[in-house]
This record gives sequence, structure tokens and C-alpha cells, in this order.
Amino acid sequence: MTAETGIGAAVKRKEDGRFLTGRGRYTDDINQPGQVHAFFLRSPHAHATINSIDVNAAKSAAGVRAVYTGTDVTAEDVGTLICGWNVVGKNGEGHLAPPHPVIASGKARYVGDPVAVVVADTLAQAKDAAELIDVDYGVLPASADLATTLDAGAAQIHDEVPGNMSYDWDLGDKAAVDAAFAGAAHVTKLEIVNNRLAPNAIEPRAAVGAHDPGTDQHTLYLASQNPHVTRLVLSAFHGLAPEHKLRVVAPDVGGGFGSKIFIYNEDVFLTWASAKVGRPIKWTAERSESFMTDAHGRDHVTTAELALDGDGNFLAMRVDTIANMGAYLSTFSTAVPTYLYGTLLAGQYKTPVIHVNVRAAFTNTVPVDAYRGAGRPEATFVVERLVEQAARETGVDPAELRRRNFIQPDEFPYQTPVALQYDSGNYEATMDKALGLADYAGFAARKAEAAGRGKRRGIGFSNYIEACGLAPSQVVGSLGAGVGQWESAQVRFNPTGNVLVFTGSHSHGQGHETTFAQIVSDKLGIPLENVEVVHGDTASVPFGMGTYGSRSLAVGGSAIVKACDKIVEKGRKIAAHIMEASVEDIEYDGGTFAVAGTDKSITTAEIAFAAYVPHNYPLDELEPGLDENAFYDPANFTYPAGCQICEVEIDPDTGVVEIAKFTAVDDFGNVVNPMIVEGQVHGGITQGIGQALHEGVVYDGSGQLITGSFMDYQMPRAGDLPSYDVDTTVTPCPHNPLGVKGCGEAGAIAAPAAVMNAVTDALGIDNMQMPATAEKVWRAANAG
Amino acid sequence: MYNFNYHRAGSLAEAESALAAAEDGALMAGGQTLLPTLKQRLASPSDVIDIGAIPELANIESAGGAVTVGAGTRHADVAGSAAVASAIPALAALAELIGDPQVRNMGTIGGSIANADPAADYPAAIVGLGATVNTNRRAIAGDDFFQGLFETALDEGEIITSMAFPVPEAAGYAKFPQPASRFAMVGVMVSRGAGGVRVAVTGAGPSVFRVGDMEAALAGNFSAGALDGISVSADGLNADIHGSAEYRAHLVGVMAKRAVQAAGG
Repeated sequence: MTAETGIGAAVKRKEDGRFLTGRGRYTDDINQPGQVHAFFLRSPHAHATINSIDVNAAKSAAGVRAVYTGTDVTAEDVGTLICGWNVVGKNGEGHLAPPHPVIASGKARYVGDPVAVVVADTLAQAKDAAELIDVDYGVLPASADLATTLDAGAAQIHDEVPGNMSYDWDLGDKAAVDAAFAGAAHVTKLEIVNNRLAPNAIEPRAAVGAHDPGTDQHTLYLASQNPHVTRLVLSAFHGLAPEHKLRVVAPDVGGGFGSKIFIYNEDVFLTWASAKVGRPIKWTAERSESFMTDAHGRDHVTTAELALDGDGNFLAMRVDTIANMGAYLSTFSTAVPTYLYGTLLAGQYKTPVIHVNVRAAFTNTVPVDAYRGAGRPEATFVVERLVEQAARETGVDPAELRRRNFIQPDEFPYQTPVALQYDSGNYEATMDKALGLADYAGFAARKAEAAGRGKRRGIGFSNYIEACGLAPSQVVGSLGAGVGQWESAQVRFNPTGNVLVFTGSHSHGQGHETTFAQIVSDKLGIPLENVEVVHGDTASVPFGMGTYGSRSLAVGGSAIVKACDKIVEKGRKIAAHIMEASVEDIEYDGGTFAVAGTDKSITTAEIAFAAYVPHNYPLDELEPGLDENAFYDPANFTYPAGCQICEVEIDPDTGVVEIAKFTAVDDFGNVVNPMIVEGQVHGGITQGIGQALHEGVVYDGSGQLITGSFMDYQMPRAGDLPSYDVDTTVTPCPHNPLGVKGCGEAGAIAAPAAVMNAVTDALGIDNMQMPATAEKVWRAANAG
Repeated sequence: MYNFNYHRAGSLAEAESALAAAEDGALMAGGQTLLPTLKQRLASPSDVIDIGAIPELANIESAGGAVTVGAGTRHADVAGSAAVASAIPALAALAELIGDPQVRNMGTIGGSIANADPAADYPAAIVGLGATVNTNRRAIAGDDFFQGLFETALDEGEIITSMAFPVPEAAGYAKFPQPASRFAMVGVMVSRGAGGVRVAVTGAGPSVFRVGDMEAALAGNFSAGALDGISVSADGLNADIHGSAEYRAHLVGVMAKRAVQAAGG
């Protein structure tokens, strides 16, 4: 029964039937009786004082229920948007977090900053009324360029933040690093821009706020990756309702990539205004609003150096980064370029000393926060571009240079010089498998063949590592996190033997309804179709931390295992009673409780029935029912790692880069559903290739968003991509019960460096900034 | 989108009278430009006259050395037409490169050229194949039709009815798509026929243009090699985040050669 559906089986996804036939239920599909609509009037200026707003004409327009400005909202004490991770800088003080109003008041700080909201019976009426609002802006010079925003003379964005810097943070032993560089035989140095990305989930952000005056219950339907955290913040920091009077429901969610973790202006406003107006209020972002207002990703400017001895051993690494925060600090923005970036700069290597300095800078752009990989892609890009370039400069084969510096399998647990302790891995075995799959030995022949066709072929590696499974609560707490990072699960048998699994994780494309059901099917020996996974509704599932950072299986899945273990433990006692044996003699295997040495046995389904109809049941020792919950707080991060190899062919006449071959061998620990894992890898690689070759948010000098639609922001498309060669190696995670590490971000973390190493190899150049657009490549191919 | 009066015209005559009666009427064929514009509230016509379902505007005829394509013909129907494929395969190939399947199933050839988007593909076909644009009032030579950025020779109330493409001896189209929108960053149609050699470029400039030097070179030697050394000036060409004027000028040369190769030269 469970061999085909249990852990390790490539089961087709249970949820795909409804998604593929249009029967998913997304936030915008939810309509409440009496529902009205909100339209957010947004600043067309990147930086402007709001001298006055005249809303009188809008208020009397047809269908209008209410019009609110920042002044109105501020007066109602709804608080300001929070940043939930306080990064302490070199000066020993916390980051500077200027107020982030729900509706801009006094000043607008990016194009898209909401300045007023119209609530009307129809969306068209709300838009019509918004055109009647007269905002008197005093346009100010903007600081939209990351590279110069910290310079003297840059426009000052917040009075509370002189110099536009939120924090200046470092990690590692600077003196030791400087000494190592002084004695190095070779130093490789690169200037790196990690390009800014728009997340572009297929489903835009959407919300419906509602308030029941009879029960004083507030409900927020929200396209969210973590409904409980949203509820906590709306309650504890915005004071909109106590937690027990506030329900947040994240129904089917069409992609997040990080952008739906955060608590946004609209979430606060709709929760507040629906009670104020006395009607449910809906808002769904239009695509242009998504480009303007979803938190963007990446956006670093970095100088990076690697020191080597004469034998190609890494001696030290020195990294100096400016990270863009945008106009305000988004919910987890500060942690991304610090604890999710600086701590990963050891990569897979035994670099003995590393120093990283990060300055977080404000600009007149939309806030920047976690996006698939979140800090770890930026770290991998720095490390793997440096290593590849060092190999070229020293004339060592790039695979060989990596091999020389790998952490060895017998060196785990391995303490890096940047705080993390890696738990397990076998980097050389993973790379060797990738070299075989990619036919590295045959590359020279392929390059020569391509040259015969007038094409330039190049190859590039990316041996990435990530820290996933966020996270040990006490560790992140000591680093400034405002929340714990455990996960919850509840496994509830029904009397007829089927099971509801409640998880605090949230699926928005990851396939939890299948993967988690496989775990329960395997552990409790019940058919997959008898397991239903419930998530996303704070009214039905236990408090959970949500889904991001490739944490759901490692942390949420482990909580489910713990709950299953409790079910089995209780089942033993019930079985012992029914079969008149001692608990010690009950053997459990695959859904059957047997009395050792006899042919007597009973199934979990029979146990469940007995628990709910306790006629023959040890009621004096045991409560009836079969319903267990568990919380799991991980002992460490998990450390997925792998080797990705990209081969490109460049047309020197046009500069077009074709991905000719892409190989990925990943070590995710144990794998529950290999088909879903492969899908996650494909999606991640595609986003990584998108970053390397296609995507890039562009603001002009005045802070106008140039890439405000799909007409100018290029997403990767199927036609741009080859079929990927994907495989895995397995070194199980030693500290969680499933031995799993997480797979959701790997491709997005690894692929950019693999692609850019291949592009620079093909062109024979030291460096190129992403995205490698055709014109850039054409110019490089024809330079000199 | 603002409110407007919607009319579905069943015939050209109905369309003409509805347009004449409208205070500020807009014709809509496939709606692939007008509808997004309306949704973004960038236009507010009083009346939208839908000419997308007029039977007399949606036919393809091949006769007398020309292929005549009705103005309401969808891109997908041009791409899939056996008559077009056998007489002017380069025209079918061009239609297949427009937008995506959804756009090709809705957008029309008449709508495209009436809009005169500088990055649209069809202007290269109209000029590069020496077509004639027929309207409800007159016939306009393709060379005279496009007059600048979103500017055409059409008068107020004038409706395109068809385009007549003379069948060339050889023709080829090569396109370098703008990577995000997939409009033409540079698209070059090259043809050789009774009227001589034509080289028409779309996407690179504010409006489609011909390259006389290339036409002269190809007239003597219709091969890609004949274009070696012929360059196009970057002056006045479009420039944006996807490509500078200099890059576009370079691509005109590359795409022209590829178009000649596609034409069998």
C-alpha cells in the first residue's frame, strides 16, 4: 500500500486536479455579501512632499463609501508597518527603522507609495473617484541609485536616517583576513552587481477584509505565505483586533517566492477599513501594481576578493556589500543581506578566515526583501564567481581548484568562520556525479564543434550551499529575529479511519498536500487518498510560522512525524488493551499493531474506531480520541548543497546567449517525492537563468520604474530554455527525523553563477554584470 | 476602463455609419492594442465600433499575381493560410512570429497596420513586399501608408478593407525580438520581384523604412554576401533599455542578411 505512495514515491500531486481544471480557489475568487472595493491612489513621484490632499469631490462621487488619506489612517492609531528582525551594527546599536506609514503621510518615498484610498461599491467607481482626488505634491530630488545613495549629497529620504544608511554590519575576523591577504600569493578581485528582481507570482497579491459586528470577529482573506504571522503582526503591532478575534485565511495561493511573506500596507488597511466602513472590502493588485509594490529581491553592489596561496589553497575572503532596502524596511528585509548572506560566504570550501561588511541603504524605490533564496543566491554568486575567476587567473581547472578546497566528508560537523556549523555533505561526490552527467570531458570537443558553426561555447560551475530549514528559534532570536522559527502539526484521525493533517506550513505551489500526505501515509500505514492536508486558515490549523526558506519539509514535515509518533505511541496502548497484551509486546509496523510472537494484530483504522467508540478501551488510563499535535523546533539549519554546470553558446553577431546544456546534481538529503523535487529544481533553475540572462528591475535617475510591465521586464520563457539534466546525491540530514534538507530555492541560488561563469568563459572576459543582455554580450564579443 | 458605447458592426456600411455618428469613435478589430489601452484608462472613446466580425473583411484570395488579405484576418489565419504559404511563405512566417498564440488568435492585420506601432511586424511586410492598402475610399501604396510614429495616411472615417501583396519571386523575413515584449526590436523583410528588390526595416526606427543601399546591392547580387560592408546609420534610430541605436543599426545588417538567406539568396 505505502510502497507506491509513501516516502520516496514519485506520487502525482493531489492538488493538481483542481489547479489544472480551474477549480482552485484563490483570494480573488472569494466574494462576501455586501462586498465593496478599494482602490489605492499611489504616488507617481519617487520622492515628494504631500503638501495637501483634497478628497471632497471624491467623497461625493457615485458609489463612494469612504476616502482615507494618510492623515486619517494615522489618526486612528493603526500603527506603522514593522521590520521584524533587528540587525545590530558594528556600532553596537540596532538598525535605523524609520516609520513606514500604512498610507503615506507628509511625504511619498517611492513610485507606488499609497497616498489615499477610495472605498466604493464597484472598482470602476473607486477608480473614477480617485481621479477626482487632488494631491498637491512638492517633488523632491530622488535617490534611486544604490551605488550613490550613501554618498554625501544624495537626497535624504528619512529625517531619522542621516546618510540613508540603516545599518553598517560586519561578520568575521577582519584583522586575520587582512593579514592573510597581505601574505597571499594571488588575489582575485571582482566588482559584482547582484541585479534587482521583481517576484512576479502568477497570482497577484489580493485581500478581502471583513468584520462581523455580531461576533466582533475580523477576517482577512489574503494571498499569504504565513497567515499566522500576519495575524500576529496585525494584532500585536497594529492593534486591529486581539488574536482570538482575528482570523487570517490564505486559501489557494498562486506562487509567492517570498513576496507574500511580508505584511503590506494593503493588509493592514483592509482589516482596519472593513470594520470602519461596515462592509467587506476587496483589493486585488493589477499587474502594474505588482511591479510597483511587491517587495523586490536581491539588489547588491559588492566588492569581493579571494586570497590564495601558491598551491591554490584559499586563504581568506573579503567582501564589502551595499544592500538596497528600498524606501522603507520591509518585514524581514534586514536579515536577508546579513544573516542569510554573510553567513554563507564559506560556500563548500575550507576558507579559514572570512570578513564581510554590509551597509544597508535606503533608496527611493519599493522596499526590497526576501526573494527565492534570499541572501543565499547573492552569497553563492560572490563565492562561485570569485572561485571560477581565481581558477582562470591561476591556470587551474575550475573543477580541480574546487576539489582542492572542498570541506571533506569526514570533517562534519564543520564550523565555518562565518558562524554556521554545517551538519553533513559530500561535495566532491556531488561534483563528480555532475561532471559525469555534464560530460565535462567532452566539453573541448563541443566547443570546437560550436566554433565551426561560428558560435562561442563556454562552461561554468556553481557549487552552491544554502542554509535552510529556518531555524533554531534560540539561534535566530539571539541574532535579532522577532519570532520563533519552529513549526506545528496536528494529526487527527476520524472515527472511520481517515486522517486530517493540519500544518502550520503553507503551500503556494510546493505540493504539500501530496508530500505531507505521503509522510502520514507512510508513518501510519493508511492509503494516501485517506489523508487530507489542511493549511492556511488560522481558524482551523495550529499556530504556524508559514513557508519560506525551504523550511516546510525539514521543519513542518518533522512536526508531522512527531505527531504521527504520538499517534503510534497512543495506538500501542489502545492495541495492548484490546488484544489483552502488555504495551511492551506490541510491535508496530506500517499501520499494523501486532502482539509479538502471535498472529494477533489490529490496524490503525481499527484503533481509531476504538478510540472514538471507547466501549472496549482503557478509559481509566487513556483519554478517548486519536488526535495529536506537535511542535518541532530544529536543532540546526539544514545545508543542502550541490553542483550545477551550465554550458552556453553565444552568437557573436547578435549577442544572443543560448543555454545549450544545464546539469544539476543536488544533495537534498532524503527525498520524499522525487517528482516534486525535480519540479522545484526546474523552477529554481529557471528563475536563476532568468536573473542571469533576462530579468532586471530598472529605475531611472528620478526613481521612475522603467520595467513596470511584462512589455519591458523579461521573464524567462520555455523557448529560452533547454531540458535540464537533474540528479541527486543523498547525505541525510543528521538532526531531523526525515533526514531531509529542503529543495525549493536551490536552483535560484546556484544557477546565476553557473550561467555567468559560462558566459564569461565563452567570451574570454573577467566579468560581466547580470543580466547578460544581448547588447552587452554583443559588445563584449566584439570588443578589441 | 471608462464607459463607452459598444457597437458590433455586421457590415462595412454599418461600421462607417456608426463611426460617423460617434462623438469620438474608435474602431476595434482584434482589440490587442485598444483593449489594454482602455483598461489602463489611457484612452476614453465615446464609442467603440467592433469590426472584428465583419465577414467581408476576413478573407484571403490569391489571384492575378497577388495575394489579397482582408483587413479583419487574424494573424493566426495568415500564418496558417495555404494560399499565403504557397505564394508568399515569408508573409506566413512573419505572422507566425507575432506576439503569442492568444494575440495571434485575436489580432488582425488591418488593426496592426492602422495602429502603426513602430515595433509591429506587419509594416515590414507592407513596405517590404510593396503591398497596396485598400480602404473604403481608395487604394494607398504601401510606401505612402506609414507616415511616422503611430501615424498613417488614413483620413478621418477611413477604414482599411484589405491589403494586396504582389507575389514576389523571393522574399524572406528575419526578426530580432525585443526580449520582453517580443515585438520587433529589428525586423527586416527582403523581397525580389517585378518591382525590383525591397528591403524594409521595422522596429529600429520611429516608423518602417527602406534601405536603399542594400536594395541596390541586392539588385545586382541577391545574396547575403552582397550586404557585406553596408551599414545603416544609428542616427534617429530608437534606443531603450533593450538596445541602443547603435546596436539596432548593427542588427539591421545582421537581420537583413538572414532575411536574404531565408529568401534563398
